[in-house]
Amino acid sequence: MNEQLAYTIEVFANGLMAGVLYALVALGFVLIYKASGIFNYAQGVMALFAAMTLVGIQNGQVPFAHLINAIFGTDVHKFGWHVHSFLAIALTVLVMIALAWMVQRFVFRHLVGQEPIILFMATIGLAYFLEGVADLMWGSELKALNVCASEGACLPQGMNVWLEGTTYEALGYGFFIDNLDIVASIVAVILVAGLVIFAQYTKQGRAMRAVADDHQAALSVGVSLNFIWVLVWSLAGFVALVAGIMWGAKSGVQFSLSLIALKALPVLMLGGFTSIPGAIVGGLIIGVGEKLFEFLIGAPFLGGATENWFAYMLALLFLVFRPQGLFGEKIIERV
Amino acid sequence: MKYKLGTMAVAAMMAASPVMADLVFPSLSYRTGPYAAGGIPFADGYADYFTMLNARDGGIGGVMTKVIECETGYNTEKGVECYESTKGEGSLVYQPLSTGITYQLIPKTTADNIPMHTMGYGRTSAANGDVFSHTFNYPANYWNGASGAINYLLGENGGSLEGKKIALVYHNSAYGKEPIRTLQELSKKHGFEFKEVPVDHPGQEQKSQWLQIRRDKPDYVIMYGWGVMNQVAIQEAANIRFPMENFIGVWWSGSENDVLAAGDAANGYKALTFHGVGSDFPVFDDIKTHVTDAGNAAGAGDQIGTVLYNRGMYAAMLAAEAVKTAQEIHGVADINAAQMRDGMEALEITEEKMAALGLPNFGPSFKVSCQNHGGDGLVGVTQWDASSKTWSLISDFAPSDMDVIGPLIEEDSAAYAAENNIESNC
Repeated sequence: MNEQLAYTIEVFANGLMAGVLYALVALGFVLIYKASGIFNYAQGVMALFAAMTLVGIQNGQVPFAHLINAIFGTDVHKFGWHVHSFLAIALTVLVMIALAWMVQRFVFRHLVGQEPIILFMATIGLAYFLEGVADLMWGSELKALNVCASEGACLPQGMNVWLEGTTYEALGYGFFIDNLDIVASIVAVILVAGLVIFAQYTKQGRAMRAVADDHQAALSVGVSLNFIWVLVWSLAGFVALVAGIMWGAKSGVQFSLSLIALKALPVLMLGGFTSIPGAIVGGLIIGVGEKLFEFLIGAPFLGGATENWFAYMLALLFLVFRPQGLFGEKIIERV
Repeated sequence: MKYKLGTMAVAAMMAASPVMADLVFPSLSYRTGPYAAGGIPFADGYADYFTMLNARDGGIGGVMTKVIECETGYNTEKGVECYESTKGEGSLVYQPLSTGITYQLIPKTTADNIPMHTMGYGRTSAANGDVFSHTFNYPANYWNGASGAINYLLGENGGSLEGKKIALVYHNSAYGKEPIRTLQELSKKHGFEFKEVPVDHPGQEQKSQWLQIRRDKPDYVIMYGWGVMNQVAIQEAANIRFPMENFIGVWWSGSENDVLAAGDAANGYKALTFHGVGSDFPVFDDIKTHVTDAGNAAGAGDQIGTVLYNRGMYAAMLAAEAVKTAQEIHGVADINAAQMRDGMEALEITEEKMAALGLPNFGPSFKVSCQNHGGDGLVGVTQWDASSKTWSLISDFAPSDMDVIGPLIEEDSAAYAAENNIESNC
């Protein structure tokens, strides 16, 4: 196989995988925006908070240990046990549901009917608050994240050797795909399928869609807006946990994890803020686009490191021709 | 002997002098934000050393020390605000802990007559004291690091890198770009092929860069990274099965934070350093006794011996030694910032002094002068053992190639002097 062609295919495939990871982050934004019209600036911090909570629970860390020790003069840091990954994930989901309830109860319930910019500002405040709480609760140090079904059966990292060997034998060039990216893709497919099934075939899902379509109409037929918003924030919290696990497994869980939100913005601009399939397709286009551009033009002619700005440029290009994004709803407002 | 006499003279003067103010050391720390994991241990080490001096020695020369922390979040604007809000507190020396903040503070500290110490970061050409009167970057700078890495690789390859391919994976910022010119010059001198691979901030996604490295197959990779970029780079290097022993990070890419996330895959990874690793030094016993056990640690007390804690502690030690030098020069214990600058400019660190401070073989010996604010630029190499989760120093602190670095420093500082109408300081 022609070497350049092989490299291009490899870059393309890895772009798709990276796109899935971007889409995982973007999904959380879409869920909340679709149901409540709120652009949730705190989505990245929610991923950080979820991942920190998961690691904290796994490692048996005492939450708010520094605070407790400072107030009571104690010296407690760990409970002394290790929680199985699946149980820790379940407990983290409960924490995210509790967070969703508190966000709704103490923040957005008081802001019903406010301008979108006010709601957006509230999410900025929420992001900083949550970051501070995460720091107080679990500490700022970097934590390694290992999600394991059993001892030795953890989230896989590293090159997929089978794929490399097979493609080398067949094509004369061994392709690189990261095992973690393969897992992330499978998880993303399951997640999206689950969300679609939930939205289409469950009572709560249909209520969620009704609220997304028209708040007033949904209220008039007895749908509880508060419940739906808690539900949506819980789902976004769950998506944030999945994104936090996938990104945190790569880099460890640390405060820069919240910056993954930056990767989701061009995806949202491209895919649309209200479409779950849009988040996936947008993620894939951004992932492939930025990787191919870097490989074919960025690195050879522009000195490299073009991915960040190219993603935004690509999204802006789409905005010029389709402001609502590829799958977004066209909003027509009459004056 | 001279040192002891000086100390005794200062102590005698102290006994006869009225109540004095504290020796103030502002700490522009970052305990929050995306780089907190790196900022916390440094800030803890810096504060704990001064706390130890107060508890054990009653301060420096009889004057108590005081650390004022100001949170920068590793943000340049906040760093400048921190400087402005603390400079009136009698601050003796600033450690901005960020190349961006350093660039902003160079003219400000010069105008305010307050010295600044940018140890292993900042503007490299500030080593030229003739131009940068108030900025010091001893014991080593970025260009020493680049040269130190190449010297180490020369040693590994029988003195020749002819025909070898070396890639630089760097944070695409002023910091990350610092070694490029030096490495370009060194590639001409030693005949190796040099390839630049930039990574955009924050560096959470580096697939393109490591696929490029997989295709190009460099013999060695040098990294100038920070924060999450380091952890991801080491994981990606492991993913493409790049040999870890051929992967060398600068000192800002060589802490426990950088390797722990990758687990066993990071085993053998190397990093440059200008100070010792681990906690097997007598000074840490004093810190434990007088600070941690006394409940006065700046943090949780669990960072002692980590790379970045040691670096913070080392920075504090160098500041304290500069204070002692200044006290000797000026014959006063309660020195001001201008006198501190003189102390820093006359600082000499010897192995005897280090041993006396409880830090035998912890760092290189060096001497600062009016012309040379960068010290001798000695650089060592450490290696990570994933099973024991420890760094080991695997080389001596060796000199860098000043034949290459010297002219680059001259050129860059001359340009700065011309831009800012700076006359000779020495």
